[in-house]
Amino acid sequence: MAIFSVYVVNKAGGLIYQYDNHVPRTEVEKTFSFPLDLVLKIHDEKLVVSFGQRDGIRVGHAVLSINGVDVNGKYTAEGKEILEYLKDPANYPVSIKFGRARLSSNEKLMLASMFHSLFAIGSQLSPEVGSSGIEMLETDAFKLHCFQTLTGIKFIVLADPRQSGIDGLLRKIYEIYSDFALKNPFYSLEMPIRCELFDQNLKSALEIAEKAGTFGPGS
Amino acid sequence: MSRQSNRTTDSKKMNSELFTLTYGALVTQLCKDYENDEEVNKQLDKMGYNIGVRLIEDFLARSSVGRCHDFRETADVIAKVAFKMYLGITPSVTNWSPAGDEFSLILESNPLVDFVELPDNHNSLIYSNLLCGVLRGALEMVQMAVDVRFAQDTLRGDNVTEIRMKFIKRIEENLPAGDE
Repeated sequence: MAIFSVYVVNKAGGLIYQYDNHVPRTEVEKTFSFPLDLVLKIHDEKLVVSFGQRDGIRVGHAVLSINGVDVNGKYTAEGKEILEYLKDPANYPVSIKFGRARLSSNEKLMLASMFHSLFAIGSQLSPEVGSSGIEMLETDAFKLHCFQTLTGIKFIVLADPRQSGIDGLLRKIYEIYSDFALKNPFYSLEMPIRCELFDQNLKSALEIAEKAGTFGPGS
Repeated sequence: MSRQSNRTTDSKKMNSELFTLTYGALVTQLCKDYENDEEVNKQLDKMGYNIGVRLIEDFLARSSVGRCHDFRETADVIAKVAFKMYLGITPSVTNWSPAGDEFSLILESNPLVDFVELPDNHNSLIYSNLLCGVLRGALEMVQMAVDVRFAQDTLRGDNVTEIRMKFIKRIEENLPAGDE
């Protein structure tokens, strides 16, 4: 039972708050000798595995670190191209960590704006008059719940599909927002939320929701 | 999941006199700073507006009021829920215009003006103008443009305090998607 992350989107579709509670991380670190039996390719400025799945290293996993040092996209921390580095037998044996690439903040911003547009499409597609936007998006790995206030702010929670009580959690997050963000006179509306009290209270609300949710179906 | 209201502010009662004193200090300081009643009225309205745009979210989060579909519903919610929640008073809604776009809120008592008397040199000061700004700001956030002003004021010699609210238009820009 887990709540993965919380996003808050303002009226214009911009992401003003994002919190990752815990995203299941699958990372595998292995030592390799020359030649490398995985086929790597560059995708979206990252080096990903394109073929050669084995030992927990899946296609689509990105190179996260080499010899313990985090990589910078397709370059090592020192600025060398990784593909070139791995072609040189003198650099082996090498220890490479693979895992699902983390979303960068820019990517999150983009995805939030995209969701904002899709939310609107949801209500436009409706055959019935006066439909709301997207309230829930379901995949086999997670459920995305969205609550839009009358003022246009959207609270989005990504959680385990079996987690229950998310509606109550969304209302609670709205209350926490109206308390710790809005009542802070130094917080400007529609701007990114950088309030400590908001973070703290959000975390405790998520903890409470996770514990209470174990009484949901399928647990 | 139970709505555990661990909001200590619910049970924490603040002395309303401290509130009256705070508001009074605010108005007198504005008078000293601006020395012009009209300017003070404008500032109070602006401050009220800033409070209103934030207060509306608190109001919506705590009451489970849905979107109002006409001005009469809005008037009822403002008088019976909002004023009750924040000032502890329930004004009455009267004097509807024939077109149904204007009404009056009659306040028997106004917590802001307990113990206040307006001196002669502040004849055009609208002491509680903050309230007008609050109402204007709050309604703007739910896509309603309104004009709010004091028609009668006990501080200026009238029997009751009357706030006149006029509906101007529905704000169509930036409508939240799926507006019910």
